Amino acid sequence: MMSEETLLSVKDLKVHFPLKKRALTGAKSFVYAVDGVNLKVNKGKTFGIVGESGSGKTTTALAVMRLVPITSGAITLGKFRLDQLQGEELRRARRHMQIIFQDPYSSLNPRVRAGAIVREPMDLMNVGEKSERVDRVAELFRQVGLRPEQQALFPHQFSGGQRQRIGVARALASQPDLLVCDEPVSALDVAIQAQIINLLRNLQDELGLTYLFISHDLGVVQYICDDIAVMYLGKVVEQGDRISLFKKPLHPYTWALLSAVPSADPALRGKKDRIRLQGDPPSPIDLPSGCGFASRCPFAKPICTMETPQLRTIDKGHSVACHLVTDEGVSPQQQV
Amino acid sequence: MAEPLLEIEGLRVEFDTRDGVATVIDGLDISLYPGEILGIVGESGCGKSMTALSVMRLVPVPPGRIAKGTIRLDGEDLLQVSEKRMRGVRGNEISMIFQEPMTSLNPVFSVGDQIAETILLHEGGGKRAARRRAVEMLDAVGIPAAEIRAGEYPHQMSGGMRQRVMIAMALACKPRVLIADEPTTALDVTVQAQIFDLLKDLQEKTGAVIVLITHDMGAIAEMAQRVVVMYAGRKVEDGPVDEILTNPKHPYTAGLIGCVPHLSSDPAEERLPLTDIPGMVPPLTRLGQGCPFAPRCVKALAKCRLEMPPKSVVSEGHTASCWLIENDGPR
Repeated sequence: MMSEETLLSVKDLKVHFPLKKRALTGAKSFVYAVDGVNLKVNKGKTFGIVGESGSGKTTTALAVMRLVPITSGAITLGKFRLDQLQGEELRRARRHMQIIFQDPYSSLNPRVRAGAIVREPMDLMNVGEKSERVDRVAELFRQVGLRPEQQALFPHQFSGGQRQRIGVARALASQPDLLVCDEPVSALDVAIQAQIINLLRNLQDELGLTYLFISHDLGVVQYICDDIAVMYLGKVVEQGDRISLFKKPLHPYTWALLSAVPSADPALRGKKDRIRLQGDPPSPIDLPSGCGFASRCPFAKPICTMETPQLRTIDKGHSVACHLVTDEGVSPQQQV
Repeated sequence: MAEPLLEIEGLRVEFDTRDGVATVIDGLDISLYPGEILGIVGESGCGKSMTALSVMRLVPVPPGRIAKGTIRLDGEDLLQVSEKRMRGVRGNEISMIFQEPMTSLNPVFSVGDQIAETILLHEGGGKRAARRRAVEMLDAVGIPAAEIRAGEYPHQMSGGMRQRVMIAMALACKPRVLIADEPTTALDVTVQAQIFDLLKDLQEKTGAVIVLITHDMGAIAEMAQRVVVMYAGRKVEDGPVDEILTNPKHPYTAGLIGCVPHLSSDPAEERLPLTDIPGMVPPLTRLGQGCPFAPRCVKALAKCRLEMPPKSVVSEGHTASCWLIENDGPR
């Protein structure tokens, strides 16, 4: 169908936030929000990042958007080296990457009419002829399933789902190559979620968009994403295409995450072997040595707390960072 | 089946709004039987939380009021008893866990003190005994080093820990009914799984009846034996969970199940569009005579817009309110 052309590539991305408080020794401490992440997002595809709160998935997305300071690493979007751009150059590059936020209530200016909200990116980025922008806004409204006459309304006159549609239209206004979706349906009711997910998929087919999709909802991720990275404590612990990742999760954390999701399928319930993780993820301030998951991992061996496992490829397009997964792709949960 | 422990009959709750009277709950019947976990599911604004507040008699009056109906706990109508008696019921016989554990705990008291306060109020006894019970409760809900943790404040705990504290507090006086209003919405899935296991475990140990209010059909499937599906303040369907999931009779229930992409261990290559429910919940001040779901229902008949469908019995313990069942052509 589409060629495997890489649109976004992230190499060894690190985002460390310095803490105000210094340790007793006077050393500066950091929140290791993102700690060495590599990603490759193919054009026209949806790349998902899943993980629990504090795993660094949103920070990764914000770093790609250049909305948080990057500590180190390289981010390439098409012909742009996003990590090196500054000032006006960076501002101009922003038209190629846009974001849809989680909360459609706080991400729209309450004092601006919906039409003007959608038009603003075009004016700021000088997209298209001025005379054509009015038509373009109407076109965008139609594309996201709103009526053109609704342009005159203010955000509070729309429902949550409709507001998220405005957010999508605004993101599409500058004709971006990459659309970052940060939990775009988490704040919506289940019935409305389906409407927005269907909309995002239709738009992708129609316009050939590339999505970087951040979510904690594994059902949604499995449905919408082509490739998925699982993050834990600022690192990618497993990455694979949607079929192999969900069919054969290799990392014990991925397995635990999948088994924690309540299933509405009566055939599946009770049958699946599951593990329950104890406690919460450790704090990203003082990272434990070795594998970040070792403290909660039911299979942990001494090596896990000593050496940090590197992400290695097991199968075509499926890689994992775990000492205990064999090179043949036998996971610790299968070995028991 | 045994006698119901809690029985809601013909409940009607109204709110005065600028646009007129909004009927947030209308003609609601729910029975709770000893030893069960009942799920209540629906979109926001369907009246599921308002049902919980009505049972606790915590509906804000004004602008709200309970206009009609009875809520009987063991035969005693809670809507008729005095406020003093109600204070005895709350926490002691029926207690509740809320969605957001951070805002429902007091930030300036240690969690041990907050649990002990509940015990002191309802059961009396000494301060020291109450404190000891509080530590026992924290231990029972799986908080490690309960003795030390009891002296800590809510901000020192993670979301999952705080929800455990809320559960400990709710169960401190051994209530017969525990209402859990979206207890895991703010939590991560691995922590949600821990809380669900804990609730099931405590239910088996204490025999308390649990009402689980949620919008997640998966959570219902995992936790409950029976489920009530609500829409716009009305019960549209109720019955055993497995039957409702495999054989939903009301188009809204079918939509709720179909609109969520369910996680599968063997995903298919092809992805069909999700069945969405078009439109949104109508404003409760402007519900017409007919079925409230009719404007969004793809199978609606002319009759649906004119007349409220009666409750039809699908099979034993499974009822639904939809004209399509009456006309013998469901789904």
